[in-house]
Amino acid sequence: MLIKSRNTHDCLESEVTDYSLYMQRRRFIETSAKGFGLAMIAPSLLLSACSEASPGSDTTTSAGKQDQELTPYEDVTTYNNFYEFGLGKSDPAKYATKFNVKPWTVKVEGAVENPGTYDLEDLLKGMQQEERIYRLRCVEAWSMVIPWYGFALADLIKKLKPTSTAKYVQFETLYDPKQMPGQRGRALDWPYVEGLRLDEAMNPLAFMATGLYGKDLLGQNGAPFRLVVPWKYGFKSIKSIVAIRFTETEPPTSWNITNSGEYGFYANVNPKVNHPRWSQRKERRIGEFRKRPTLLFNGYGDEVASLYQGMDLKRYF
Amino acid sequence: MPAFFVKHIKPICFTLCSLPLAYLAMLFFTDQLGANPIERITRYSGTWALRMTLITLMATPLQRALGAVWPFRIRRMLGLFGFFYVTLHLANYIVLDQFFDGYEIYFDLVERPFIMAGMAAFLLLIPLAVTSTKKMMRRLGKRWKQLHRAVYLIAALGVLHYFLLIKLGWFEPAIYLLVYLALMLMRMPIRETLSKIFKPRQVTDPR
Repeated sequence: MLIKSRNTHDCLESEVTDYSLYMQRRRFIETSAKGFGLAMIAPSLLLSACSEASPGSDTTTSAGKQDQELTPYEDVTTYNNFYEFGLGKSDPAKYATKFNVKPWTVKVEGAVENPGTYDLEDLLKGMQQEERIYRLRCVEAWSMVIPWYGFALADLIKKLKPTSTAKYVQFETLYDPKQMPGQRGRALDWPYVEGLRLDEAMNPLAFMATGLYGKDLLGQNGAPFRLVVPWKYGFKSIKSIVAIRFTETEPPTSWNITNSGEYGFYANVNPKVNHPRWSQRKERRIGEFRKRPTLLFNGYGDEVASLYQGMDLKRYF
Repeated sequence: MPAFFVKHIKPICFTLCSLPLAYLAMLFFTDQLGANPIERITRYSGTWALRMTLITLMATPLQRALGAVWPFRIRRMLGLFGFFYVTLHLANYIVLDQFFDGYEIYFDLVERPFIMAGMAAFLLLIPLAVTSTKKMMRRLGKRWKQLHRAVYLIAALGVLHYFLLIKLGWFEPAIYLLVYLALMLMRMPIRETLSKIFKPRQVTDPR
């Protein structure tokens, strides 16, 4: 008999917001938005319209208690940071429509017993597929709740068998300027690379997604398979992976290369460590009006805090 | 310039300057602001605040280049539209973005250089907007001109605000910086400076 124990990060179906409540909140957003829109036509009305909008905020607060209300599929698939397809939030959805992910091979290299070039299908063989609802917190202070589909990264690592000298794992995104127009510019040092300490990668929360909302990943979300580390800022969750490397030393990571003063290797969500140029104390959940407080490790402290015991999180940001 | 254009310059200018706002309103009512409407409004209003400020700075060079009066007749309107888009940008930040969260706004103001630059620009714009009437122009006389030179600093702060907030790349703010520098260069008394440099030579020439 399969007994599934429930972790604190798991969300019950009962926690998902009722559709009618969800629509009610949508209506509030629309009304307040229209109120503000009208106010903009006559600047003098600006303040009065804003105070009109505030009584409705009770609705948002009650909806806000539903911590895991899923972000609509449309938002998850049209509001993306995936600079390989362009710097604008809607660029990935626009330019990834013809992104070809078949065939897809993944190179496995470094301190590992089973190196080689794998067809993605072979790599995924034997992985236990499951759905996980995770919060995703972007370093730009917005967040989403996404029902991913995929498997535990730990399972994949066990299959690849890193050697005892492996301390880190590095991932690399596809480099293909023909398919990824953003790579024709030099916004970042392509290909995009990210990495985790091996014990972080083995944490049960670390996940490899192949789909979301029960469908295969679209190009803009990192098809055909990507990392999801929900306690870290979104840029750690590297997309469209073509290489997995096991290393003995801390591997370079793209945003850290670009601006080491602002983006560290760890990039754990932490409301007490601000981005040098903006606050990380709060975040806007996509679809909500009021900002909500950001939680340490994005609220997954019970599962991951032990990884960083004794570490100065301000220094290792 | 066609006579029709010159004759109706003010309503034409008003209509053109209202278009960005009308477009934003259209996006609102048709639910096309995307997944993060507040961020979209922030960027949109900020972009137009900076553009309108720079457009205002074009009045003087245009007037000089064309030898026409009409750029001066719309200068005040351009400036006030700039102030309007800046105010919209700030109101959006305080109301929709931060929702009157005094704590967050305070820390933004004291900790974030890009917020400081933007807020300084807004505060400096207030006296200019207040003294934009004909009555105030007359009352202040020479000092009006001195006061309104603050717009050079305000535009610079706007460009700086943009440079400081961008996450990656410098291409777009650099375009605004170039436009700003070009507009400032056009104000330099180049001919007079050049003649000052070259005149002494002519004077010392005995022939």
